[in-house]
Amino acid sequence: MAIEAATRARASGVMVEDVNLSYGATHVLKSINLEVRPGEFFAFLGPSGCGKTTLLRLIAGFNIAQSGRVMIGGDDISSLPPWKRDVGMVFQSYALWPHMTVAKNVAFGLEERRIPKPEIDRRVKAALELVSLDHLAERRPSQLSGGQQQRVAVARTVVIEPKVLLLDEPLSNLDAKMRVQVRRELRELQQRLGLTTIFVTHDQEEANTICDRIAVMNDGIIQQVGTPMELYEKPANLFVAGFLGAANILEGDVLADGADRAFQIRGGARLPIPRGLAADAASRLVFRPQYAELIRTNCAGEGDALTGQVVHREFLGATVRYSVALGSSEVTVEVPFQSGSSLIDVGEMVTVSLAPDRMQFLSA
Amino acid sequence: MGAISSQLVATRGQSIPISQYLVAGAVALFLVLFLVIPVATVIIVAFIDPRAGGFTLVNFADFFRNDLFMRSFGNSVYVSAMAVAWGTVFALPLAYITSRFQFRGAVLIQTLGVVPLIMPPFAGAVAMQLLFGRNGSFNLILGDWFDINVPFMEGLNGVILLQAIHYFPFILLNVSASLANIDRAMEESAQNLGSSGFRLFSKIVFPLAMPGYVAGASLVFIKVFDDLATPLLLNVKDMLAPQAYLRITSIGLSDPMGYVISVVLIVVSMLAMWIATMATRGRDYATVQRGGGGLAKREMKGLDKIIAYAVVFLILALTLAPHVGLILLSLATVWSFSPVPDGYTLTHYGKVFTESPLFIWNTLLYATLAGVISVIIGSAIAWLVQRTKIPGRQILDYLAMGALAVPGVVIGIGYLRTYYGVTLPSGQSLATFWFMIVIALAVRRLPYALRACTAGLQQVSPQLEEAAENLGATKARTVRKILLPLMAGGMLAGFVTAFATASVELSATMMLVQNTSDAPLAYGLYVYMQSPAGRGPGAALGMIAVVIVGLCTYLSHWLLDRERSGTVKH
Repeated sequence: MAIEAATRARASGVMVEDVNLSYGATHVLKSINLEVRPGEFFAFLGPSGCGKTTLLRLIAGFNIAQSGRVMIGGDDISSLPPWKRDVGMVFQSYALWPHMTVAKNVAFGLEERRIPKPEIDRRVKAALELVSLDHLAERRPSQLSGGQQQRVAVARTVVIEPKVLLLDEPLSNLDAKMRVQVRRELRELQQRLGLTTIFVTHDQEEANTICDRIAVMNDGIIQQVGTPMELYEKPANLFVAGFLGAANILEGDVLADGADRAFQIRGGARLPIPRGLAADAASRLVFRPQYAELIRTNCAGEGDALTGQVVHREFLGATVRYSVALGSSEVTVEVPFQSGSSLIDVGEMVTVSLAPDRMQFLSA
Repeated sequence: MGAISSQLVATRGQSIPISQYLVAGAVALFLVLFLVIPVATVIIVAFIDPRAGGFTLVNFADFFRNDLFMRSFGNSVYVSAMAVAWGTVFALPLAYITSRFQFRGAVLIQTLGVVPLIMPPFAGAVAMQLLFGRNGSFNLILGDWFDINVPFMEGLNGVILLQAIHYFPFILLNVSASLANIDRAMEESAQNLGSSGFRLFSKIVFPLAMPGYVAGASLVFIKVFDDLATPLLLNVKDMLAPQAYLRITSIGLSDPMGYVISVVLIVVSMLAMWIATMATRGRDYATVQRGGGGLAKREMKGLDKIIAYAVVFLILALTLAPHVGLILLSLATVWSFSPVPDGYTLTHYGKVFTESPLFIWNTLLYATLAGVISVIIGSAIAWLVQRTKIPGRQILDYLAMGALAVPGVVIGIGYLRTYYGVTLPSGQSLATFWFMIVIALAVRRLPYALRACTAGLQQVSPQLEEAAENLGATKARTVRKILLPLMAGGMLAGFVTAFATASVELSATMMLVQNTSDAPLAYGLYVYMQSPAGRGPGAALGMIAVVIVGLCTYLSHWLLDRERSGTVKH
């Protein structure tokens, strides 16, 4: 179909170079550098207020940076107004115009481009077919369900065959069940169209399930860019480790004794730091709950063993989650549940066994 | 995220385009020429010694030493306060019963409750004399049956009754809107804790509706305090606004007392607005629940139901009485010392249409132009305030709203004083040129138009405009294709309010009409009503005004409903 061929041909990369943006005294974006490859499904992930929406709106031309530039397909578009950028944006509220029918909404961008009427009709029909809404062309937006409105918003944007598609929390106005379905549809549509797509979300599950790569943002700074697996396995800092999935973070001091280094957990055991693993003075020990094992033991913790008392237990079905007091802190360990095996009781002493390659030493 | 993004819209772009300065400049020029300078002139003249020139407080001393003026001042305050009190008595039962109980004909009552607004209060004055005056229908019947005579219309009572009947819809509308915005769980939890009936109303419902009530009541107070035509028609001259008019028209533009009274009128109006703002500050109780199923209306039983229907019927009968009286008067051959007219005829309407169709055309022309001007200025200000970062935009908003506190008499006097010396190429004075009446009406109606346009614009999410820009529409085309169509409802509402109220306005007009051929309907009505023989044609003219305003109001509701049925709320 026409749209697929055109979007695939037009798909462009996005480069953000050294962008700084402030509102008055608030520094919202701090030295942002970023590259989104052509055809990639990319996410800006972070808590609210981290600057992800601001960055998206900057690419669309609704915000203007104090310094730096934005390039699309190699062209600097920093000084272009929103209407000359050719980046399609789907708004969080969908922003469907209530005074126009679905078809008129979708036709709007084409009319603004002075495209002949017969071609507009053909392309509107094709775009609505793409989102399976061609039978609702003459309805008003208010007569559609939330999911349908979202699809109209997508159709209205892709019909202009943009160079880049921007999605601002497009799933946040849908209920939980619709969200799972729509995010899958979005992924399939993006794959068919081959469109470079940037997706803003605060939900790590959304980002993990549909995006090729993710930029994790916090406090106006890009913390790390990578595939979902990279971010999970090799978080660059404590924020990324804590934001993507559960992580145990233990405070302590890095002690050096010649070539051998050790991590002295505050109020607890001392662990040798595996050779070749980076760790600076401000580092903390980080590991995922499911990467440790629990071994029943009788004696209180000494030396290099992480030994402590089980203080809480939750049965989750596939796994059992234990909370273990280690010195002054508490860690969570998830153990697969094996039918017939006995669970460890609250109050029992255990050793938390952690393979050296499962340890990470990260700082903020 | 919504709050953030709307904030971003205003900050987008670093420099302000020249077009925004042009719009702001034009609006500012209009306000300065036709509001600021005339009002400032009035205030300054009040402080100038009429003989020696130079600053003086003598004029004010004269004002406060003059018994007539002090009595007028007291009367104006008394009449305004009593009109608010009676307006409250009329409005609260209607608002509460129709919004909280299952009541047959609730929509009809809400509609009929607003009808008095669309009749100029002075138009009903003569009709009310015939119905409730010393020898009116009501007292004739009371006299026959019980041999008593109730002085409904004697002196200040007549002004109070007419004003209360005319302006109580302001309280009704505001309180109804407040009630509609209160989460029903507020009342349900009070009921759950054992409250009901009048205690529920006085302890929960009314306090929650207080902001709406205060807004409505202060508006009624100001309107009554500033009104000129109603007391004059009832031949009550010892009130402030009529005194200002009489001084200027009988003694002349140079007499300082008219200006002093104007300053007093402005100060009291602003004081009333300030008190209302203070009283409601931080008390916005609009608490509509998310996804709520609308308001649950309670069931009334037995005696309660009978009392409620009786109360509603009595109030509506009283408030619609001027209309009934006016219809009868316009059709009556002779109506004097009898409960109903002696006979009926259509000759009054014929007389009006043959003798003075000009009044009607003038009214339509003036009110249309005034409505258009106030909507253009109003939507420009709303747009500047909400969608641009231009410095001083808030000042334009305050200035335009400030017109609320400026009585029509003051505008009239201000225009005469400021522009009397300015002559047109034809040799006519600018102050007496008919277009100045249009301008005066537009300035007077600007606050209503501005509020309607602001509300209309607020309902348009900035994202709707951003979506258009994102898809390739320039700012100008976005305004035309997205913003204007979506704001149209608000602008239309603003136009109709401005049109309807401008077509029955008389305060500023009375000062500015110098030539009967330039006079609008309201002025013609006033002239007719001066003589007993003119009452019939005057009433016919009044009925025409009622029909014009009523039709327009209906039309706007119809248009708004049609519009609303096709919109989504964002």
